[in-house]
Amino acid sequence: MSTAPAPAFGVRHFRAEREADWHRLEALLDLVEKKSPKRLTNDDLVELPRLYRATLSALSIARETSLDASMTAYLESLSTRAYFILYGCRDPLWRQIGGFFAHGWPAAVRGIFGETLLIAALFFASALAGYFLVVSDPAWFNALVPGEMAGGRDMNATAAHLRSTLYDRPDQGGLEVFATYLFTHNAQISIMAFALGFAFAIPTFLLIASNGVLLGAMYAVFVPKGLAFGFTGWLLIHGSTELFAIILAGAAGLHIGRAVAFPGQRTRMAAAGEAGRRAALVMIGVVIMLLVAGLLEGFARQLITDDYARYAIAATMFAIWTVYFALGSRRAHG
Amino acid sequence: MARKPKTKAAKPNDIERRTRALVTPEGVTLHLRLASAGSRAGAFMIDALIMLAVLIALTIGAVLLLGSTGNAGPAAIIWLLGFFVLRNFYFTLFESSTRAATPGKRALKLRVVARDGGRLTGGAILARNLMREVEVFLPLIFLLVAQSEGFSNRWLGLIGLGWTAIFLFMPLFNRDRLRAGDLLAGTWVVENERPKIAPDLLAANDSARIDSYAFTPTELETYGQFEIQRLEEVLHRNDPDTITTVAGVIRRKIARRDDGNDRAFLEAYYAAARLHLERRLLFGQRKRDKFDSAG
Repeated sequence: MSTAPAPAFGVRHFRAEREADWHRLEALLDLVEKKSPKRLTNDDLVELPRLYRATLSALSIARETSLDASMTAYLESLSTRAYFILYGCRDPLWRQIGGFFAHGWPAAVRGIFGETLLIAALFFASALAGYFLVVSDPAWFNALVPGEMAGGRDMNATAAHLRSTLYDRPDQGGLEVFATYLFTHNAQISIMAFALGFAFAIPTFLLIASNGVLLGAMYAVFVPKGLAFGFTGWLLIHGSTELFAIILAGAAGLHIGRAVAFPGQRTRMAAAGEAGRRAALVMIGVVIMLLVAGLLEGFARQLITDDYARYAIAATMFAIWTVYFALGSRRAHG
Repeated sequence: MARKPKTKAAKPNDIERRTRALVTPEGVTLHLRLASAGSRAGAFMIDALIMLAVLIALTIGAVLLLGSTGNAGPAAIIWLLGFFVLRNFYFTLFESSTRAATPGKRALKLRVVARDGGRLTGGAILARNLMREVEVFLPLIFLLVAQSEGFSNRWLGLIGLGWTAIFLFMPLFNRDRLRAGDLLAGTWVVENERPKIAPDLLAANDSARIDSYAFTPTELETYGQFEIQRLEEVLHRNDPDTITTVAGVIRRKIARRDDGNDRAFLEAYYAAARLHLERRLLFGQRKRDKFDSAG
């Protein structure tokens, strides 16, 4: 007995009828991926979603009616590519950057407000601890502060030497190299504090506390010589920005650590994902703040030696950041 | 909305284990295949080599600049900033492009997608790549410490290396091959193969030639969908030895004499069997493979 003639309904013609559409979609996708979405004409833009749905529908039909494995695999890959281009499309870079400054950054910082307070408290508590440790026994100083960082500003330094470190212009030039070095170094440490948040934030706590202790120990050198006011001005002219940024980086790390350890109602994965994306936005902001702090530290601090001017700059910077984070784009996008 | 496919009773093979279903808003299921740990590592090696090459070029450029100006300032700044951007933003910048892949991932046909199938946000790309700091650079630092320092610090370095190895080898310990960064960003890395559509084997066949073989329905139902699709692959590949072998096997199975033209026989059998099985498919009867009695 021979087989019946091929059915009138064209499983056979199915492919021939649609193949041109598929190739057209493939060409459009190639254009978007290899060149730019801007290369699409108005007609292409109208066509793209139609071709995508046609291909998706062809895929559904092919899965149920055809045994052509090559065609089904091709349709699936084509549909997947089109899906990610149509549904995963992103704003152009400049608009993403604009959105970040307009609402992404302040909203992300507001989202980690509680963590910021906690890290700030930890930082200042460890600074106090460092101060009282060194005051009670000066031998602690050498244990807490590495020699190359102290740079002669230790417990035996004279008041005149300490004063010169606060107000004298450095002998040689190279301010800009110094500023760049400070920026990259601090930014790297902050990114580390953020990333280590994943280990339940314990390394982040240690990093923040050790920085706080260092600061307290330095205060213990300057305060007995009557230089507390000058040292604070020298520190805060960039420190109001830099310490703020470091505390935010620690808070971003803690935010992640908290989500991983205590996800609440959500799954651990969902909680970690949400916290990670928010904290990453904070981190880009931290890098920008550290860039500003590096400029202030490298230039403004060396050029401005009046205590009150230093305090004024410090207070202005702090006010700018606080107002921006507190009020930046309250309405739009959340 | 990605979700895991139903677990099968039989031990699934590697490809099935790496397949995840994504249901589009139109209600069609698309299958994404997660990248294997090997290809992830390969892509990273390529990227690491590119970064190393750029770093060497940057250093040579800075040294040349230093030589020509005699002033350390500009060269040092360019090098410091260049190194910083390379270390922190190489991956982020490339993954922000339309193809969502670094050169290494492109070379191995991989891309990054959001796990929920939605938009891959800038925050997600940043989060997954800033985590490399603890996954790559921290182990590297501990390794250098262990390498260069004295005895006590060497042990400290090795302990640190062991600790950071948890992050480094994390993709090997979970089903979805997630790095710590992927976990934190809600992303995963999928294969981005672009199979070409092969020529239609039915188009080449005229019904007169198929009819001349006069296959019976029983003969055409000897095999199922699985075997017919393997036969399709054999015909596309067109390797003479395989064709002879396969033709021999099928002839033995359906008890036909050898007529000397293996390819013509296979083409005709493929066309007839496919048309026959597809017709039955229209009536809702899918014969999955030769053991499937439903067909």
